[in-house]
Amino acid sequence: MSGLAAQVGWVARRSIRRSLRQPAIVMPAIVFPLVLLAVNSGGLEAATKLPGFPTTSYLDFAIAVCFLQGALFATTTSGTELAHDIETGFLSRLSLTPLRPVAVLVGQVAGAVTIGVIGSTLYLVVGLIAGVRIEAGPGGVVVLAALILLICVGFAGIGAFMGLRTGSGEAVQGVFPLMFVLFFLSSINLPRDLIEVDWFRTIATWNPISYLVEALRSLIITGWDGTALWRGFAVAAAFVVIGFAAARSALLARMERT
Amino acid sequence: MLVTARWVAGRSLKHAFKNPAILVPSILFPLVFLLAFAGGLSSVGDTPGFTFRSGYTSFQFVFVFLQAAAFGGIFAGLGIAVAFETGFAQRLLLAAPRRSGILLGFLAAGLVRYMVTAVMITVVGLLAGMEVDGTAPQFLALVALGLVTNAAATLFSLGYCLRVQSVAAAPAMQTPIFLTLFLAPVYVPLSLLDGWIHAVASWNPLTALLEAGRGFISGAPDHSALAFGLGFALVAVMGLWAVRGLRRAEAGEA
Repeated sequence: MSGLAAQVGWVARRSIRRSLRQPAIVMPAIVFPLVLLAVNSGGLEAATKLPGFPTTSYLDFAIAVCFLQGALFATTTSGTELAHDIETGFLSRLSLTPLRPVAVLVGQVAGAVTIGVIGSTLYLVVGLIAGVRIEAGPGGVVVLAALILLICVGFAGIGAFMGLRTGSGEAVQGVFPLMFVLFFLSSINLPRDLIEVDWFRTIATWNPISYLVEALRSLIITGWDGTALWRGFAVAAAFVVIGFAAARSALLARMERT
Repeated sequence: MLVTARWVAGRSLKHAFKNPAILVPSILFPLVFLLAFAGGLSSVGDTPGFTFRSGYTSFQFVFVFLQAAAFGGIFAGLGIAVAFETGFAQRLLLAAPRRSGILLGFLAAGLVRYMVTAVMITVVGLLAGMEVDGTAPQFLALVALGLVTNAAATLFSLGYCLRVQSVAAAPAMQTPIFLTLFLAPVYVPLSLLDGWIHAVASWNPLTALLEAGRGFISGAPDHSALAFGLGFALVAVMGLWAVRGLRRAEAGEA
């Protein structure tokens, strides 16, 4: 086990160092969600006057979206980095070493997850400074952090699968719009019960992203909402399981070819 | 000059229409925004004080229509950066009898591409229940506003790409456009914005364009002269920026 941990640590250190050394990866992941938060919380503040809106501050409502956007960047970062390693032949050389596939996979996504976690910490600090109140208290912050970490890991797993499957950074970037569509067709901008258009509400109800954002949001604006939390954790765990199972299978297929 | 422009426009359009990876995102993104904003945020139209008479879908349609114009322009201008990376632009600069025709060609290609996107957005908007209370000339005025916005964005993009000569310029160009777009009254009218965003949106030139466009679609034109004045001024300034970029590229200063 300690051997496996050492292997994961070695690959993870490289992945984290490489990701953090690229401002072109780090900066958009941190700045973009904060800019959107500022713009949307100002532009949609009027929506809080709608009957049934769950809070009087759109900032409180919108900050959960930042965490998901940060995780979305984890998807493309992990996929692009893995694809880069395939394109340069690094992964092929790695497969000739005694490193276990699971160590390669877990270690490789560490950089993307680290950026996601750093970004989320910053969003939370900026949000608290701007006046966000976490209704669930300090315990809620801990649960929020755990859920964000799980979401980042799950999304990074999906990104790793895409990177391993396509072996092309460009192709991974091409999948970004699809993830983007998934985000916008959810309850990120309004609670589902306030979405008037039937087809949109149906899509948002079937969209797993809605349950992630609603779980994060519940800790901020409601307090402790067991239903929202179990659904959010279940969806995040499903992303982790599906993402890493698919990525492991793609990695084994690629190593076999090597 | 026109021969060069026609050749560059033809080549650029052929390249775009043969590569779905280039064309599809510029059509898909505005459609997603339209569906997400008009569908997901429709109840924002019930906010007290929201009095736009043509409904929330039409209100958002105008934003998406101008947003597609701006981002379409950025992508169209990016074509010259790709040409520099492949070495084609250098050969084009040597071969073209009138180099300003290159700018004109990319500009024309950008406008054609935008028209395709505009038709798609309009069809989807109508299917989604968009109401057009304005007359046909007023709707054409909205289209003209989109074309002016697209021209200004394409010239901005061309000027930037002629200086940087790399596709890596894309995020740096998208950021100011994105900020200008979203620091306007996107979700609700200016009168319903409060605080710092109201102050910024009041000074944002895109606000006048948006209000004029929304006036055209609702049949109650508002700030039309100001919007077109600002639009043509932007085209003139960005045209100068693009021409100076071309001169720098000719001189090999980039």
